Amino acid sequence: MRANTKRARAMRADPPRVVLQGGGHTRRLTSGLGVASLAGIVLFVGTAIVALSLAASREGISAGAGATSDMFDAYLWRVARFTLVQAGLSTLLSIAFAIPVALALARRRHFPGRIWIVRLMALPLGLPALVAALGIVGIWGRQGIANDLLASLDLGRPIAIYGLTGILVAHVFFNMPLAVRLLLSGLERIPGEYWLVSANLGLSPVQLFRFIEWPVIRGLLSGVAGLVFMLCATSFTLVLTLGGGPAASTLEVAIYQALRFDFDPPRAIALSALQIAVTAILLILLRWLTPPATEAPTTGRPVRRFDSGSSVLLLFDAFVVALAALFVAAPLASVLVSGLVSDLFKLATDPQVHRATATSLAIAAVSAVLSVALATAMLTTRQILLSPRRPGGFAQVFSGGVAAGTSLILLVPPVVIGAGWFLVLRPLGDVARFAPAVITAVNTLMALPFVARVLAPAIATHAARTDRLTTSLGIRGWSRLRLIDGPGLRRPLLMALSFAAALSLGDLGAVALFGAQDMITLPFLLFSRMGSYRTTDAAGLALLLGLVCVVLTFLGTPRALEPRGRIGRGHHEAG
Amino acid sequence: MKPDRPAGAPTPIAVRLEQVMVRFPGHPVPQTLVFDAAIESGKITAITGASGSGKSTLLNLIAGFETPDSGRLRIFGEDVTDTPPALRPVSVIFQEHNLFAHLDIATNVGLGISPALKLTTADRARIESALDDVSLAGFAGRLPPTLSGGERQRAAFARALVRNRPLLLLDEPFAALDPALRLDMGELLAALQEKHASTILLVTHHADDVRRLADRVLFLHDGKVALHEEAGTFLQRTEPDVVARFLGARPPAS
Repeated sequence: MRANTKRARAMRADPPRVVLQGGGHTRRLTSGLGVASLAGIVLFVGTAIVALSLAASREGISAGAGATSDMFDAYLWRVARFTLVQAGLSTLLSIAFAIPVALALARRRHFPGRIWIVRLMALPLGLPALVAALGIVGIWGRQGIANDLLASLDLGRPIAIYGLTGILVAHVFFNMPLAVRLLLSGLERIPGEYWLVSANLGLSPVQLFRFIEWPVIRGLLSGVAGLVFMLCATSFTLVLTLGGGPAASTLEVAIYQALRFDFDPPRAIALSALQIAVTAILLILLRWLTPPATEAPTTGRPVRRFDSGSSVLLLFDAFVVALAALFVAAPLASVLVSGLVSDLFKLATDPQVHRATATSLAIAAVSAVLSVALATAMLTTRQILLSPRRPGGFAQVFSGGVAAGTSLILLVPPVVIGAGWFLVLRPLGDVARFAPAVITAVNTLMALPFVARVLAPAIATHAARTDRLTTSLGIRGWSRLRLIDGPGLRRPLLMALSFAAALSLGDLGAVALFGAQDMITLPFLLFSRMGSYRTTDAAGLALLLGLVCVVLTFLGTPRALEPRGRIGRGHHEAG
Repeated sequence: MKPDRPAGAPTPIAVRLEQVMVRFPGHPVPQTLVFDAAIESGKITAITGASGSGKSTLLNLIAGFETPDSGRLRIFGEDVTDTPPALRPVSVIFQEHNLFAHLDIATNVGLGISPALKLTTADRARIESALDDVSLAGFAGRLPPTLSGGERQRAAFARALVRNRPLLLLDEPFAALDPALRLDMGELLAALQEKHASTILLVTHHADDVRRLADRVLFLHDGKVALHEEAGTFLQRTEPDVVARFLGARPPAS
């Protein structure tokens, strides 16, 4: 977004009149599509919210009556408190684990396998929550490897995964690696001279931490912790599968339970209102906590560190890195191994698996294309509207609207939108009939923030590079798309598609609410086979789903975090 | 620094490189650098040469950032080949990033006295006076990003002053400064050298720096010391070609 306003400003500095005169027809069409896209998103989410609040005012009288009100309030309070407490604990544990790991990886820049450990830390991001949950149960569950080990030492089976423990383990599994990557990239931006100067001054590891590493970490901490807290506070699938009951229920799961099992719309409505309030506050805090991204001006001097001497420190670093790698790799290995030993052939011939795969692929494909199309239309329109030297009021409003519209799903979580549409569609008959449409729409919205983050800078750069030249050569319409915009934006578009498809394929939230006998996706099938204790089927499905999602996510992730290779001779001679 | 040397004795050697060899494995071809030289103390010696000739590697070797594959390195007579950077009698100043951007100037300078930042009143007075020496009085509480590039380099000089090591290594310290500032900084460097009689090694690829500041020149070519002589002699050279080119002469028409 920031790059885009900058670009807009840059455009205003240049006389862009030519741009506006050329290809006016196509541009009007694009702008129309962009405005329609934004309107559609707002309408879809708005309908859900209006439905919820209308139902709330209708049901409010009965819900607010008498003694039930106190119990109701106590219940809401308990769920809200658990949501925040588990998110707080998850954040604390993830960050406390991530800091020594990031420090160790930053300190040890060359050891065999380092690159694989850094890549391993990127894996959980692409893994569907449900698949991870299965892997975590395989390691930490009652019959898991951890308990097996303890039992073989005659210590019984003390680890009970379901409940708060399981939620925390799963959240640390997902967010510790994320925090490691964010902190590590911050530590790696420290200018190489710092390490040389410190070596020259004789700073010890403790002093390095105090004067160099900790200030960097402290600067990143609020943003990273805020992000992790947000992710944990809105986590649905992990809490649903590992929470183990109403005692460990977050707001999102409580909404689901209220609609799906208890059929208690007033409760769902109250919970939804609370959920929106909580996410709104979190989003504001996050915005306020996240420091503006600073591009460190570096001379490109290679980083060489001299603080790796002490063997105690080496042992400690080796220990934390090994521990982190094991913690992340073990559940993945568990998914892989139990998937491979399951009856994959039987699964491959199971007609229900075929149907679920087809449904999942169709939904993923449609929602990925939709989400990329919506984002492209809106971002291009913003580009066009902001290009005059003095953009009009509408342009400004639209631009703000695009920013808000693409991240609306963060404020109003999928389960809340699902709940709203559930209430809208209920009078029309069986809600399951509308499941494909609603699930596709919700998945489309879910991918939008990520798609926009990939496409916005790409579209801005592409326009800056080609706009005036294309217009002056009179290339427009279909030829422009085929010759200029298509090839120029192909990579970011494919990346966005890939990421969006992975997200949709792995999503359980929307399906869980609407799913029915004839509307089964792969995650939903996995969920129901886990629930009916057909564990070998579940293992095979998890492997299949996990592999597809991880590959798609990797294809959809920019290569920015890849560290540079070993420093060559040329760098030494920078001076 | 050995001020009490008997009159008439030869200038003592600050840095002695005895067949110090470094091998770089990589790209595109492996390269081997071998340095053999004796650098006099109490003078400003410019280390110069085309880029890729090994200037920074030589400085890294002396500072202890690079370990030789073979050969010995002595500083003021003591074998420091295996001595870690902090224990060598050396201060280093780079082109940029000499100061920790999030620590104020006084703290940055104070780290030169005590890496744990345990400073006595006397130490604080030394910091004050060092800042005064580099005309940064009153800058103690400022953060590096609020200073100009020249001011930041002066603060780095102040830290070298309080550290009080007899050998000062400068790696293109003026490269990021504009011409007027280069001139000022050069004067400051010369004044400080006079006052403290320290030995300074200055890596530079500017013939101007050699002209204004250096007593002696160490000219590197292809990973070896090609010339080691008085600056005056060096600046008069018209051959070999590499030196003539470095000094700004056109290559002879063939």
